[in-house]
Order: sequence, then structure tokens, then C-alpha cells
Amino acid sequence: MHISKWKKAGILVLAMALSLSALAGCSGSGGEASSSAAADQPAAESTAEPAAEPAETAGDDAGATQFDGAEIQFMIDKDAVMDGHNAVFAAMEEKFGIKTAIEVRMGGGEGDNIIKTRLASGDIPDVFVYNTGALLQAISPADYLLDLTDYAWAKDFEDTYVAAASVDGRLYGVPTGFSEMGGVLYNKKTYEELGLEIPKTWEEFKANCQAAKDAGKVGIIGAYKDDWTTQLIFLADEYNVVAGDPNFPADFTANKAKYATHEFALRSWQKLSEGAEFLNEDAMATTHDVAIQMLATGDGIHYPMLSGHLSTVQQNYPEAINDIGVMGIPGDNADDMGATVWMPGGFYANKNPSNLAAVETWLEFYTTQECWDIYAEKIQPPGPYVIKGLKLPDDVYPGVKDIQAYFDAGKTALALEFASPVKGASAPQICQAVGSGLTTAEDGAKQYDADVEKQAIQLNLAGW
Amino acid sequence: MKKSVYSIWFVVPVLLVFGVLFVLPTLISFFFSTQVWTISDFRFVGLQNFVTFFTEYSLRIGIKNTLIYAVLTSGLKVIFGLLLGVLLTAPLLRSKNFVRSVIFFPNLVSTVAVGITFSSLMHPTKGLFNSFLALLGIKGPDWLGNPDIALFSVVATDVWKGVGVATIIYIAGIQAIDRTYYEAASIDGASGTQKFFQITLPLCRPAMNSVIILSFIGGLRTFDLIWTMTKGGPGFATDTMASIVYKQYAAGFYGLSTAGNVVMFLLIAVIAFPLQRFLISREVDT
Repeated sequence: MHISKWKKAGILVLAMALSLSALAGCSGSGGEASSSAAADQPAAESTAEPAAEPAETAGDDAGATQFDGAEIQFMIDKDAVMDGHNAVFAAMEEKFGIKTAIEVRMGGGEGDNIIKTRLASGDIPDVFVYNTGALLQAISPADYLLDLTDYAWAKDFEDTYVAAASVDGRLYGVPTGFSEMGGVLYNKKTYEELGLEIPKTWEEFKANCQAAKDAGKVGIIGAYKDDWTTQLIFLADEYNVVAGDPNFPADFTANKAKYATHEFALRSWQKLSEGAEFLNEDAMATTHDVAIQMLATGDGIHYPMLSGHLSTVQQNYPEAINDIGVMGIPGDNADDMGATVWMPGGFYANKNPSNLAAVETWLEFYTTQECWDIYAEKIQPPGPYVIKGLKLPDDVYPGVKDIQAYFDAGKTALALEFASPVKGASAPQICQAVGSGLTTAEDGAKQYDADVEKQAIQLNLAGW
Repeated sequence: MKKSVYSIWFVVPVLLVFGVLFVLPTLISFFFSTQVWTISDFRFVGLQNFVTFFTEYSLRIGIKNTLIYAVLTSGLKVIFGLLLGVLLTAPLLRSKNFVRSVIFFPNLVSTVAVGITFSSLMHPTKGLFNSFLALLGIKGPDWLGNPDIALFSVVATDVWKGVGVATIIYIAGIQAIDRTYYEAASIDGASGTQKFFQITLPLCRPAMNSVIILSFIGGLRTFDLIWTMTKGGPGFATDTMASIVYKQYAAGFYGLSTAGNVVMFLLIAVIAFPLQRFLISREVDT
């Protein structure tokens, strides 16, 4: 009896030892991989030295820099459109021998958390995608990210983008794509079927929602399970706020203007709240992907979203891309309808990447026409580039023409997160509550004013 | 003084681990709760973080939800666990071991997986629950999207997952009761109900106390299930203290979230210690 007990205990200890050594084996092999990558570094760097001169890599095709086996650890959020990027990665592997290992992270607040935690703990991928604007301010890039200010290829970035991807005058980001407008993606086919006109005012917009609802369709598609999507009506209404009061962004940053008491800014919250009655009944359980599906199939008529997600439509429902149009959030003045513009996100590089020369080549390639032509073969650009000299293809789908019209007419305003470092961290939850009718517009605006205060204190801004 | 059998050095390794990994961080967190800090620097703000934390809009909902959650999950586990425990120690039941495994099974699944599974089961239009109700001609509610019932949906899931542990503790407690009590009671002509209330219930008190304390503290600091099922939403309707602290941390307000954790630590301590004292004082000797 006793012996068998001891045997059992022995087996237990053995099992534990085995499982521990298995764990150790994992970390051991992981460590090995990274150290061998580090060992490659000096050699690759020395051969790559000339590549810092932009002319050479761009011009010299055949014998261009080879980074055989170099691997870039790349992190991007789960809602990103990958077809175009994947084509570019394949091209880079062929051209430079640089492999891109993709890691997918969560979007929204959860994604912010991942980025902040990984940065703080030093576990930073070589290159990752993150927002420009206010959110970039909050990750103290100077401590973690490669400073791109002095690279020759960064000189052609447009000034608005440089401002959005810089902190304290230093540039950290390479544009991940195109200017976007925030507004409403709508199904043109359904508009025709129901005999609707493009609304010029918010009241007309609501009337269209009602007409869709009466026809058994969803007036406003809510994808409230992905909480970042809840903010769109509120954030994209910025054009109308600035049209009413051009000083709002400055006053807001200086703690002089508040959403709850500002005539035009409060209107954004009211619009969000008024939309609640047109939402799909399962909005709380609906994800962004499902929302795109509802829009493409015509189950829903309006989806408040960033225009960049036309690419998601093209990727997932290519047959429907010509049916989707884009409009700004309508204001109260029928003669002044405009678009709130978002800068593209940024590719940011680790300050100490595993292979600096490869990362530089990787980033530089993303500033070239060649790269974006490869991208455009898979996914058509859903908006204008922010690098001077890059040209859009000639044949664009109708949604992009809608966007271009706003740009051509000069009817654009930058989203607040690019005009002010202050953005409330709880915006998605507050918008979720207001947008679904749980909280009134006035209360939501007050909550948001209290929420941004925390951000301002964390950033140590003057006047708060 | 009597010389103790074991040397005090026996506890040193454990104390060391406990000190470095638990006590020290707790003490440090008191310091950092008075700072606005990032990984690279910090500045002193006194009690500002606590003021901000207590004026947080969602906190009122959060504290209320935390208490509701803790009381409900703990209470339901105590009751269902006891009933299942009695059922599964009853001599008549066949395939007892199988049923025990089935009841314990949900506990083996990771909470995150349980949360994701139940949130799809509870999908208002495509979920299994509402599809089934639709077959019966009933229009099911939006389990997680309706702010009035979302918290209770999560509570129910938590009980489903956690009742297995409570049951196991009860089974151990009930089996430890000396059989002779029951025999004596039978000879005296006691009915099954009488045996339950006069013997089983008082004598499995220690087991019940463990269940209450464990599930109550677990309920107070609940986070994973809430986060995977509702993320504290719709809006802030199902926020608990832990999810509020997590959101502040995720937003980069490290000082604020440290202050929140300190508050949560104190709150749990203030509730749990007296509760435990009270419960132990009610135990009877066998």
C-alpha cells in the first residue's frame, strides 16, 4: 500500500518536472530564435548602409539590398483590411528578402491596452499599426519609437499628416494608407428602391431612416458589440461643430469650451441620441463585420463609419462595392454639408528593432508609388493619399468619388482628435449608452466632459 | 515554553515568496496611488486620484453591481451547491460519479471560453436560447443588450460555472459527518427532513462557510466573465469595480487605477474579514 502511494507521488513529481521542462523548452527555443535574429543584425546592417540613401533602393531593381531571411514582426488590429497589405508583404519578400510575420491584435480600447502594455514592458514588435492624433500622444512615443523626422523619404508627407503623426515636433509614423472621411456609408441601391434623395439636413436624414424602417429595413446599422464603432456619429459631426464655431477645437483644448454647454458641440450628442430609434434590435450583439454585411446586402441602409471601410466592403463583398455611397453627417444647414476628415494611422517602428536596416527599407517601401500600385491591384484606394506625388488609379468606385467631391469643394474639417490632444478614454462606452438610448444626450455630454478631464490631467495640459 | 516540533525556518521560503509577490506590491501600490504616473516617470498629486475615482460617473453603478453580483452568485451557489451536494451523497442514486463529473465539468473550461460561448448562446436574434424560445412562440429578451437584465444573465452564467466547486466542497463536508448520527436519528424515528435540518445542515456548516467566503470574495472581484460577456456594457450598466479599474488602466490612467485597486482592496477587506469572523463564530463542534 505504502509503496504504491510513494509510486504515485513519484509519478506526480515526474509529471510536474516534465511539464516544467516543456515550458522551459518553449522559452528556450523562443529565446534562441530572437538571439539568432540579433546575430544577423550587424551583417545585414553593414550591407544595408547604402540603402539609407533613398534613390538607390528605389532605382536599383536587380541587385537591390538583400535581407535574406530577415523577418519583421508586424502587429495590426483585427478589423484592418489585409488583402492589399498581404500583396505588399509578398512583394517585399521577393524584392528585398524581408519576411513579414503578422500578429493580429484587438481593436478599440482593448487594442490601446495591448499597445500600451507591450510598449511599457518592452515587448514591442518591429513595426506596428496604431492611430495618429490624440491617441499617439498618450503612448509617449519618444521613449519607445523610432524617430523618423530626418529620413529623406519622410519629407513628402503632407503637413496635416506630419502634424498628426508627430509628438513634440518629432515624426514617428508612416501613413498606413489614405485620408478617410467619417460619415455615413449608405446603400445606393436601397436608396433607389425606396425613391429616397441624399439628405441635406439631419431632419431629412432621419426621415430617410424612418422610410427604411417602414420598408422593413434597418435605418441605422449599429455594431455596438465592437464598441469603437459607436462613436462615429459623434466624432464625424465635427465638421458641423467647426462650421458653427471655428474656435471650438482650441477652446476645448484650453478647457474653455465644454460639450455639455456648447451650442454646436452638444448637437453632436443629440444626433447620436436621436439615431437610437433606428438601430437594429440586436445592435448590442452585432459586430463590425456583420454590420458591413448588412450594409452590403441591403438589410441596413445607413452605417455610420469611416470611409476607409469601403475597403472592407470590397474585400468581403466585392459585388456590392458599386452600391455603396458615402455622405458626411448632415448638419442643420442645407447649404453646408461637409466631411470630417481622419488622417490614416501610422506604421510605427520599435526604437530598437531586431534588424534596423530591414525595418528602414520596409517603411520606406510603404512611401513609394510602386508599393501602393501593388496595394491598389487588390484593394482600391478608398480616399486620397497623404504623401505628395503619389497618384490614385484612374478607375475608382462610386464611394471614392463621393469623398473626392467633398475634398474638391474644400468642404472638410479635421476630426477633433487631430486638432486637439484631448480625447476621452471612455468615449466608446458613453457613445454606446447615448447611441442606444440608455443615457440622454445632455447627460452623455456631461459624462464626456468629466471623462476628458482625466486625459488632460494625465497629459499635464495647461488650464486643467 | 514548549519547544516547537518544526523549525521556524520552514516557513521562510513561503514567507519570502508571499512577501515579494504579494505584500510588497500591495505596499508599493499605496505609494503609487498618490501619483500620476507612466512607466518612465511619476508626479505627486496627493489624494487627487482617490477624489477622481470616487467622482467617476460609472462608480456608483459599479459598486452597486459588484455587491449585487457578489451576493447573488454567492447565495445561489450556497443553495444550489447544498442541494446538489445532498443529492449526490444520497445512497440511492446510481451513477453518482458520472453526475458529479458532469456538474464539475463547467469549472474545467476557461472562464473566457465560457463567456464567449454564452454570449453567442444569448445573442438576441441568432442565439440558441432565443431560437429555442421562438420555437415555443416566445420572443426572448436581449439577454446581454438589455441593461435591466444583462447583469443577471452574467450572474446566471457565473453560477452555472461555479456551482461545481461549491458542490464538491459540500460533498466533502457531508461525507465527513459521522454516520452514527444518522443511525441514532433513524432509531429515534427521525424523518429525512428532520435529519437534513438537524444533522446535515448544522454539521456541514464549515463547508458552507468556505463556500460563502470563497464565492463572495470571488464575486466581489469578478472581472473575467463580465469582460468577455458585456465589457461592462451596454454603456456602463454591468460595470463592476474590477472592470472600472481595468478600463482606467487600459486608458493609461495608471495612478487612477492603482487608487481604484487600493479602494477595492480595502472594501473587500472590510467586508470579508468581519464576515469570516461571524461565520466561524456560528460553527458548531462535532
